[in-house]
Amino acid sequence: MSKILMKGNEAFGEAAIRAGVKCYFGYPITPQNEVPEYMSHELPKAGGAFLQAESELAAVNMAFGAAAAGGRVFISTSSPGLALMQEGLGFICSTEVPLVALNVSRGGPGVGGIQPGQADYIQVTRGGYNGDAKIPVFAPAGIQECVDLIYECFDIAEKYRNPVMILADAMMGQMMEPVELPPKKEITPVDRIPQVKPWAITGTGQHEGRNVIFSLRMQPDVLEAHVEHMFEKYARAEKELVRYNTIGLEDAEVVFVAFGTMSRLCVETMEIMAERGVKAGLIRPISLWPFPEKAFDEIGPGTKLVISTELSMGQMIYDVKVAAKNRWPVGLIHRTGGIVPSSIEIADRAMKLLEEVNAR
Amino acid sequence: MKTVFAPTAGMVPTDTSYCPGCSHGVAHRLIMECLEERGDLGRAIGVVPIGCAINAHHFMNVDMCESTHGRAPAIASGIRRVHPDKVVFTYQGDGDLASIGAGEIVHAAHRGEKFTTFFINNAIYGMTGGQMAPTTLIGQKATTAVDGRTVEQAGMPLRVCEMLATIDCAVFVERVMLNNPANVRKAKKAVMTALDIQAAGLGFTFVEFLSACPTNWGLAPVDALKWVETDMAAYYPVKNFKRPEGY
Repeated sequence: MSKILMKGNEAFGEAAIRAGVKCYFGYPITPQNEVPEYMSHELPKAGGAFLQAESELAAVNMAFGAAAAGGRVFISTSSPGLALMQEGLGFICSTEVPLVALNVSRGGPGVGGIQPGQADYIQVTRGGYNGDAKIPVFAPAGIQECVDLIYECFDIAEKYRNPVMILADAMMGQMMEPVELPPKKEITPVDRIPQVKPWAITGTGQHEGRNVIFSLRMQPDVLEAHVEHMFEKYARAEKELVRYNTIGLEDAEVVFVAFGTMSRLCVETMEIMAERGVKAGLIRPISLWPFPEKAFDEIGPGTKLVISTELSMGQMIYDVKVAAKNRWPVGLIHRTGGIVPSSIEIADRAMKLLEEVNAR
Repeated sequence: MKTVFAPTAGMVPTDTSYCPGCSHGVAHRLIMECLEERGDLGRAIGVVPIGCAINAHHFMNVDMCESTHGRAPAIASGIRRVHPDKVVFTYQGDGDLASIGAGEIVHAAHRGEKFTTFFINNAIYGMTGGQMAPTTLIGQKATTAVDGRTVEQAGMPLRVCEMLATIDCAVFVERVMLNNPANVRKAKKAVMTALDIQAAGLGFTFVEFLSACPTNWGLAPVDALKWVETDMAAYYPVKNFKRPEGY
């Protein structure tokens, strides 16, 4: 297959179409606008349905309806829009309906800004929804990886009957990279939905008995049993969905932990540090939940410092500290508000943190 | 022996959870009878609200889903995109539809979504115990307006049919009243017409039922039915606001 040059947001939409998506729902918000724009003209050509919602609240609920009815559903938004979708996402977890949500994140809090940010880490890994629920989250570092993840995540969502989230950022949404697109899957025809998703609300004429998709459980013991059932799935997800990459952990003096855009900068930073005589390694979580704690067991004996490197005031650092289990001091290098630091800035700050550790 | 009456197959043969004198049971039955008479039970998909009628999926014998509060029209819009040939409806109360879900119902109507919304207006929040709704009448007492609703504090009651009738793609808008057998029969006709128009794919269809909530009004069931006619219908005129030509 040959590669073509595509803008991130358009490639993400195309990946969903090729995954056999039936419906896309979205609301305009920068920096993900090219996703709904692309879907508006390309999804109908592929036999799917595009609908511009009146709000993110409506979008996530349209998505629930279409997914409950058995359609493959994709939604996208950016940080404040995701905050609006949170109630719906928790509800969808409780009803065990699968869909894939893309967050092309920006700086916050509040309206914040439109430049790249990673300050949604807690929002996506802990959720803003009420109650006990989890959503698997994958954070690609480039357009190709994001395309591949979107394509695959529909199967993951349907396997677990739960939403799955992709966390990209404004950098990935807005830049262009060469990308190899996966083959097109067919949209499941309406009359085949009951075979693929026997739980879907298709009308009783299409299946045995009556399908009801619900969240309300008034009896505490019934609700507890349902939440425990959900957490059995999440325990499986913690075993099956952990993904990460590492570079040079065996003999690293300093180990960066970084995802998405920040991880790309760390790869450059490692070269700069090598020129300055310090060997650095990298843990790149791809799954943010479940967090790849086991990657930290690959860190070699010579490591003096682990640095959580983030485009936020430090959100992933809590997971990094848990994973570090007090084996190394955990530092933080960060910029926020939409500022992406240079690799030289990261290297300077890492060298300073290392000096502080060495001076102890 | 000749069968002169049989319950509709559209209702699950069980007791409902609604209070004595509540209109939900009547409205449920009308809708389900119409779906059965049309031969649509096997191809109907319904969305229930947050409110007393969240329980409707225990009683309506069709495929259904629950909704987040107020978002049933968005959910039905999604269902429609996957099943363009099915019969899709939402069933919503006045807190759900006229308050928290006011945006979703307006935009579903505005898009001309090809589903039917059945709107149960009993001028109060029932499930949560009698709080003021957007539809609560002036002077009507509620647990959040203990001396009665005032214009100064809460504005005038929202007339949803009148509002939706201004929207071009809402093609059928009718208000009915569930206070006596004659009006119940008229209500059934409105339900049937709305479903006919949905089947013809002409646009968004909407039926509002003026309904009784004796429990939260603090009235005996018979007095509650009288109040629907004397007080509610005086502010909410019972009539057809809009219908396509030929219906």
